[in-house]
Amino acid sequence: MTNSDNTQKVDQIVVRFSGDSGDGMQLAGNIFSTISATVGNDICTFPDYPADIRAPQGVLTGVSGFQVHVGADKVLTPGDKCDILIAMNPAALKTQHKYCKPTGAIIIDTDSFTEKDLQKAEFKTDDPIAELGITCEVVPCPITSLCQETLKDSGLDNKSIVRCKNMLALGLVCWIYDRDLGLAESMLRAKFAKKPDIAEANIKVLKAGYDMGHNTHTSISHTYSIESEGKKEKGKYMDINGNKATAYGLMAAAERAGMRLFLGSYPITPATDILHELAKHKSLGVVTMQAEDEIAGCASAVGAAYAGALACTSTSGPGICLKSEAINLAVITELPLVIIDVQRGGPSTGLPTKSEQTDLLQALYGRNGESPIPVIAATSPTNCFDAAFNACKIAVEHMTPVILLTDAFIANGSAAWKLPNIEQYPAIVPPYVTPDMREGWSPYKRNPENDVRYWAVPGTPDFAHRIGGLEKSAATGAISNDPANHHSMVEARARKVARIAADIPQLKVEGDEDADLLIVGFGGTYGHLCEAMQQMRSEGKKVALAHFQYINPLPGNTAEVLRKYGKVVVAEQNMGQFAGYLQTKIENIRLHRYNEVKGQPFAVATLVEEFTKIMEE
Amino acid sequence: MSEYTAQDYKFGQPRWCPGCGDHSFLGALHKAMGELGVAPHNIAVISGIGCSSRLPYYMNTYGFHTIHGRSAAIATGAKLANPELTIWQVSGDGDGLAIGGNHFIHAVRRNIDLNMILLNNRIYGLTKGQYSPTSVRGFVSKSSPYGTVEDPFRPAELCFGARGNFFARCVATDMPAAVACLKAAAQHKGASVVEVLQNCVIFNNGTHESVYTKEGRSKNAIYLEHGKPMIFGENREYGLVQEGFGLKVVRIGENGITENDILVHDAHCKDTTLHLKLALMEGPDFPVALGVIRDVDAITYNEAVYAQVEEVKQSKKYHSFSELLETNETWEIK
Repeated sequence: MTNSDNTQKVDQIVVRFSGDSGDGMQLAGNIFSTISATVGNDICTFPDYPADIRAPQGVLTGVSGFQVHVGADKVLTPGDKCDILIAMNPAALKTQHKYCKPTGAIIIDTDSFTEKDLQKAEFKTDDPIAELGITCEVVPCPITSLCQETLKDSGLDNKSIVRCKNMLALGLVCWIYDRDLGLAESMLRAKFAKKPDIAEANIKVLKAGYDMGHNTHTSISHTYSIESEGKKEKGKYMDINGNKATAYGLMAAAERAGMRLFLGSYPITPATDILHELAKHKSLGVVTMQAEDEIAGCASAVGAAYAGALACTSTSGPGICLKSEAINLAVITELPLVIIDVQRGGPSTGLPTKSEQTDLLQALYGRNGESPIPVIAATSPTNCFDAAFNACKIAVEHMTPVILLTDAFIANGSAAWKLPNIEQYPAIVPPYVTPDMREGWSPYKRNPENDVRYWAVPGTPDFAHRIGGLEKSAATGAISNDPANHHSMVEARARKVARIAADIPQLKVEGDEDADLLIVGFGGTYGHLCEAMQQMRSEGKKVALAHFQYINPLPGNTAEVLRKYGKVVVAEQNMGQFAGYLQTKIENIRLHRYNEVKGQPFAVATLVEEFTKIMEE
Repeated sequence: MSEYTAQDYKFGQPRWCPGCGDHSFLGALHKAMGELGVAPHNIAVISGIGCSSRLPYYMNTYGFHTIHGRSAAIATGAKLANPELTIWQVSGDGDGLAIGGNHFIHAVRRNIDLNMILLNNRIYGLTKGQYSPTSVRGFVSKSSPYGTVEDPFRPAELCFGARGNFFARCVATDMPAAVACLKAAAQHKGASVVEVLQNCVIFNNGTHESVYTKEGRSKNAIYLEHGKPMIFGENREYGLVQEGFGLKVVRIGENGITENDILVHDAHCKDTTLHLKLALMEGPDFPVALGVIRDVDAITYNEAVYAQVEEVKQSKKYHSFSELLETNETWEIK
C-alpha cells in the first residue's frame, strides 16, 4: 500500500485524536502509535483524559485527547502542537484547536456539527471555525455517515456501528501518513478476539477511512512518510507507559533479589494502573492487596517488609500524605520499602488527572522528626523501569524506605521500549544476618562500610528481636531515651542515606561543555528540557542540560557541575521546590528559576523563549 | 507435648503499673504459647500504640511495636508476606477500635489468619485518662469532665458485623480461662478476636468489677463451652433458655425447668444471631459471657491469596520476568 507521488518525506509528525470520552480516541491513538513504532519510528504519546468518568455526550468537560509524536529519529516529548488534529465533535474542536500548529490541519466529523451539537459545546453562532478564529486548514469529513454507510449490511445495531467511527478517523490518518493497515488489522483482531464480528466491522471502517483519503484525496494536498531506516538500535521493542514500566521494574527487581513482591495499595488516579498491572501477574508469585485505605496500603507493605518481602506501595496526590506516618515507621525500623508517588495536581484533590512535580518537598521532608529518605525521580515513561528497579535495589541493600516519584504525564505517556535483558541487570543482595553473626548481634549493629543494619527476618532461628517506632539503643536495640544515643541514631540514619551517593551514578551533562546556560531539571520533564536544549543549540546558542534522577542523595558531583556554568536555570513544574532544595545543599549558588504549574506538560517553545530571555539578561 | 514452656517466651522486665491487667494477660500469653509449642522464632507479635502495645518488648519472639492503630494492617501484610509465621496482633480499645477501627474490621472481614488480641480497659491510659470508644455513656474522664454523650462500641458487635468467625472473651486476671481462650484463638484458622477485659488501676479502676474477681465471676459471668449447657451461678443454679427472639435467665428446678431445657452452646454455628445475643449479655439481668463464643471454620485470606497465586501459575504460561516480557505485543528492529 503506497501512496501517490504526492508523498513527502518528513522527519517527524504530531497527531492528536480528540473526541468525546466515549469516542475511542485512546484506542485510535494507541493503534496509530504502535503501527508507527513497528516500522521503526520513535514514538512518544500523551493521553489527556477528562477528570469525569463519562461527562454528558458532546460537552466541553467530556473531551478526551490522545497525542502522539512520531519521529524518524529519537523523539523525547509528545510534541507541543500537532500537525493533524482530529476533532470528532464541536466540543473537541473548541477545546483542542489550540493544540494545532498554524501550518497543521484539523479534520472534523461534519456529521456531529449539527445545531444541537454546537449548542452542547456552547457555540454562539453556527460557524464554529470563524467563532474560534481558526486560521489553519480545516478538512470536513462525513465520518459518522461514512461509517454507517460502510456497515449498513453488517447486521450490527446503529449504536455498535457508530462506535466504529474512531476507526474511520484512524484509517484516514493512516492514509495521510502512509501507514500499513495490516498491523492495525491484527491489533484489532487481537483486541476483539472474543467478538470477531466487532473486529471485522472495525477493520472494514478502518479501510473505508483509508480509501476515503486515497480515492478523494480528501482535500489534503499531501501525504507524508516518516522513514527510520537503521536509526533505531536493533532489538525487540514494545510500547510501554510509565505505570506499566514501573510495575515491570518492581517485578524485575523482585526476581533479581530472590524476594517475593508485595504491593499494598488503594485505588487513586493516576497511580491505580500500577496495582492493576501487578494484580495480573500472580504467575510470577506477585502478591497484591487492595487495602481498606491509603494508610493500610502502606502499613501492610511495612508489615510485608518486616516479614521479608520486597514491599511496595503506590499512590498519588493526597494518598502520599496519608502514608507519611507508616513510611516513618520504616525509616526508624530501617526496613526496605518502595513508595511510588505518581504526582498529580494539588493541593488536596486538586487536578486528579493532571501532572505536576509538586510533591518533591513532601517526599523529602513530609514526615515528623529527622527522617531522611532516598528520593528518586523517573525521567520518562521508559525510564520508570530502571528507576523502579533502582529504587528497589537501594531500598533492599540499604535497608531504607525509598520514594520513587513519577508523575501523571510519564505514567500515562508511552514510548517505544527496547526489551531489557534482565540477566544484565545487577543482582540485588539483601543484607541478611548469617549464623556467624549470632554472638553479640543486635538489630541496629551496622555494616561499617555503608552504615546499613543487618536484617534478621522473622522466622530466622536464634535472631528473635524486637523493633518498633520508639527510639532504640544503637548498642543493644532496647528502647532508649538516652539523649546522646538519640543524637547518634539521628546521625546514623542520615549518614546511611547520605552514603548511598557512593552507589549512584554521577550527574551527566548533555549539550555544550562551555555552555552559557545550564538547564537543570528533575524527573518527568526530561524530554521537554532536552528538546528545548537541542532546539536552542540548533539556533547557535551554547546550552547544556543537567537532569536529575537521584534527588536524595544527590549525585556526588552535583555542586561541581552546577558551579561550572555562569548561568543556571532550574525549570520545574512547581513553585521552585527543587531549586530551593539545591540551594540548601550547595552553598551560595545562584539559580534562575522557571516554574509552571498548569497541570500540563511544558511546551518546548515556551521553554526556549524563557531560557533565551534568561541568557540575554 | 510441647517442647517449650512459658519461660521460653519471656523477655525483659514489664514496665506497666503495678496491678495493671496487662501483667496477668502477659503471663497468660506466655503460658498459652508454652502449651502451643510454636518455636519462638516462628512467632511475630505485632502491636500498635498504647499501654498494652508495649507487650512485644516482653516476648522472646520476633516483635514489632508499630504505630497507633495500624497494627492490624501491618500484621496483615506480614502474614501475607510469610504465611508460615504465627502472628499475634495486640492492641487496646483505643488503638484497635478508635484510630485503628477501620483496620480492625477489615482484617476481620478478610479473615486473615491472625490472633487478634483486644485488651479492653475502656480508657486511654498512656495519654493519662481520656475516654475510649468502649467507655460507657456518661463516663467522666479528663476529656469528658461532664460525662460522655456518646454510646460505646461493643467489640463483639463490630466483629460479627465484619463477619468474624471467631470471638472469645476472657478476664485478664482469670488465668486458666484466658489461657484456654488464647489457645483456642491460636488453633482457629482465620482472624480470631479475643476481647480481654482488663482493669486500669490508675485511670479506670473497677471498670470490669463485676467479673474481675473469682467470686464476682461465679455470680455475674457464664463460662461458655461448645457442646455444654449454658449453666451458671454460684451453685450452678441458673441457666439460659431461648424465649421469643431473645434469651432468658431461668432457675433450674423452678417452674418445672430441668437441665435438659437449658440451651447447649454451639460455637460452630454459622449463624451469628445467638452468638451475638450471648456476647452482648450484661448485668444485672444477664451474666457476662466468657470463653469461646464463636468458632466457625472458613477459608482464610492468606490461604485464598496463595491458592489463587498457584491457580494462576498453573493457568498462565509465563513464570519469569523474561517470559512476561514476551507476552507483550512486540516488534523487531533489524
